[in-house]
Amino acid sequence: MATLFQGVGAVTPFSASSSLDSNKLLLPSRKSLSISDSRGSIFVYRSDALNLKAATRKQDLLIPNAVATKGETSTSAKSGHELLLFEALREGLEEEMERDPRVCVMGEDVGHYGGSYKVTKGLAEKYGDLRVLDTPIAENSFTGMGIGAAMTGLRPIVEGMNMGFLLLAFNQISNNCGMLHYTSGGQFTIPIVIRGPGGVGRQLGAEHSQRLESYFQSIPGIQMVACSTPYNAKGLMKAAIRSENPVILFEHVLLYNLKERIPDEEYVLSLEEAEMVRPGEHVTILTYSRMRYHVMQAAKTLVNKGYDPEVIDIRSLKPFDLYTIGCSVKKTHRVLIVEECMRTGGIGASLTAAITENFHDYLDAPIVCLSSQDVPTPYAGTLEEWTVVQPAQIVSAVEQLCQ
Amino acid sequence: MSLSATKFVHPITAPPSTRSSDKPLFSTFFGSNHTKLRFNKPIVAAQRRSSSAASTSSPVVAVSDVVKEKKLKSASNLLITKEEGLVLYEDMILGRFFEDMCAQMYYRGKMFGFVHLYNGQEAVSTGFIKFLKKEDYVVSTYRDHVHALSKGVPAREVMSELFGKATGCCRGQGGSMHMFSKQHNLLGGFAFIGEGIPVATGAAFSSKYRREVLKEPGADEVTLAFFGDGTCNNGQFYECLNMAALWKLPIVFVVENNLWAIGMSHLRATSDPQIWKKGPAFGMPGIHVDGMDVLKVREVAKEAIERARRGEGPTLVECETYRFRGHSLADPDELRDPAEKAHYAGRDPITALKKYLFDNKLASEQELKAIDKKIEELLDEAVEFADESPLPPRSQLLENVFADPKGFGIGPDGKYRCEDPKFTQGTAHV
Repeated sequence: MATLFQGVGAVTPFSASSSLDSNKLLLPSRKSLSISDSRGSIFVYRSDALNLKAATRKQDLLIPNAVATKGETSTSAKSGHELLLFEALREGLEEEMERDPRVCVMGEDVGHYGGSYKVTKGLAEKYGDLRVLDTPIAENSFTGMGIGAAMTGLRPIVEGMNMGFLLLAFNQISNNCGMLHYTSGGQFTIPIVIRGPGGVGRQLGAEHSQRLESYFQSIPGIQMVACSTPYNAKGLMKAAIRSENPVILFEHVLLYNLKERIPDEEYVLSLEEAEMVRPGEHVTILTYSRMRYHVMQAAKTLVNKGYDPEVIDIRSLKPFDLYTIGCSVKKTHRVLIVEECMRTGGIGASLTAAITENFHDYLDAPIVCLSSQDVPTPYAGTLEEWTVVQPAQIVSAVEQLCQ
Repeated sequence: MSLSATKFVHPITAPPSTRSSDKPLFSTFFGSNHTKLRFNKPIVAAQRRSSSAASTSSPVVAVSDVVKEKKLKSASNLLITKEEGLVLYEDMILGRFFEDMCAQMYYRGKMFGFVHLYNGQEAVSTGFIKFLKKEDYVVSTYRDHVHALSKGVPAREVMSELFGKATGCCRGQGGSMHMFSKQHNLLGGFAFIGEGIPVATGAAFSSKYRREVLKEPGADEVTLAFFGDGTCNNGQFYECLNMAALWKLPIVFVVENNLWAIGMSHLRATSDPQIWKKGPAFGMPGIHVDGMDVLKVREVAKEAIERARRGEGPTLVECETYRFRGHSLADPDELRDPAEKAHYAGRDPITALKKYLFDNKLASEQELKAIDKKIEELLDEAVEFADESPLPPRSQLLENVFADPKGFGIGPDGKYRCEDPKFTQGTAHV
């Protein structure tokens, strides 16, 4: 059972001093967003260094382990290569397209435009307009088209320009994607990957800030994963493409510019496993996607206050990796779930139920679940900030839980 | 006069640009070949006006010029040979008798749920599907028993599926509305209307992809998408017409216009009830054909399928047809005018074909009766097979949820749930 042991490099904000070419990363104006504002510089706590300074500009080194071989710690600075999360996604995608000619991409603006978040940049020039297909604005139909193509031998990746748009494709995702393998008695497989950015961004408004993982989680027959670092983004992308099951890969709008050093050699991660971000003893914090970074920021504060949180990025939203989670619960006896889904019916709600059912005897306190408020994400910056869970709330929740 | 099919044309009118040196990023252009933003003439290969929406049929309603020319050149002036005639007859009889048997079995409590019968529409299924190769794809709706039979799925497997037995074509998991067959390339069987059309578009895309990207020789599979008049008011229909025409996908959209969507008359639901007209709006031919005459359907089908196979793109074919029974076996069918039902009963496609065969001395009464008997025996055997087949056991419950059962995840003990031999029984906690 491999648990991932990884320290993550710090985020470089979108600023002139970084190595990003700011011109190339201009996004269309209706979606302009950046990570670098004074409210939200994101720190990531590195597990084996006592570096408590705000290391926003330095790029820390990554431990490139796909398997938990604890022998190697910090590798030399020269191995691996550095890239941003969207580039990692593209790298994974390109490697799979190179490896298997049946892998193709379809979505709005994935071809000539290079993808609204540049995940497919350059691929249409390289592979042609049929393999990287620019579709008209018809989510339900082109998702269904992807399903039909998957049934008849191709391995398509359907991109939703924003995950919220895939609500229009709910019919196809629920009825066809999830069900056809079953209702055909196992005759047809649907090796499709449906991916796109979701989550609360920077004042994108209610409809562009949706979290669809809670809506899709009941659909039988699909798997859902959420990536959070360039390393796991590439690994999960490759795993999703290679999987025979339909997989929904959730990306986050604010994480595309995360920079990290990832291995040169090829690696594929497991779709069903969770990732150990920071081992600890006092409390288990379960999280995924962007909230991982809020948790790690809170963890810094918590460590200063003398707590020792264990942070797990669950990564696999459906099914849950109950082994990693269970081992952690058995060790710490306290669980805090931090998620970006709404309070009602979110991933956290399901996770709470699963943990209670399976590990009730090991809990010393009720499970605490911090989720976003049940509100359409407001436009105003202050209101939006209060919609999602902030590090301060995480700190106080842990303090309360550990009393 | 049709546009060149598979040649990718660089756009002649480049969009106005502020950059002085315009090096095109892409050497090929994959999209609409219309160079002008507005055009007066619809791009059609064959288009015929129907005399009225649901009227009496004229002798030759919508057979294109190409076919007419071919007919004049052939030695005999018959549309089919004897062998072909008998194949068509047998297929239609199989469809009719099977559906009648379904009704019997339903009222005897052997099958349950929603069962939608195809009586009266056999000419469309036979007319189209008998032109396909085995590798071609068919996508249907919930009224899919006869499409499955025409495509080659054995009657015993379809009957067994309807009885919910483990020997059904979908192991009893699909039922009446979800007939699938990988062997015969039947891609379903969909319960929601319009849901299958994008899947059909995907199959056609797959075919084009295999031909042009994977460069597989002979990858010219055509996909037929069958759906009804009610579906033609649904968004997925229009979205797929657009995409199919845009990319010249090898697909034929077959509308089985039987005038009724349960109790909603087509005329009450549709602003312009002439569905064939919607084809040219998207840049593909729209054809209206008398769907109660298998020979006319066949002529149109031949042309549409061959057009798709040549890579010239999709066609929209509206078949005027009628269902003799209610929408489903639960429908009392009280709303439709008895005069309308009588009118179409008089145009029964099987009777029409029989008359043609007799009149042209292609078959004798005995030969046709022999076929009737053969089909009856086949169906008796199918019912017997379905009756004697076992019901699915509990272990089958979760077997086909995932193609890769690792998707059930890792249990608290650290092992993948699928490693437990009993996990498919649905007893494992998730």
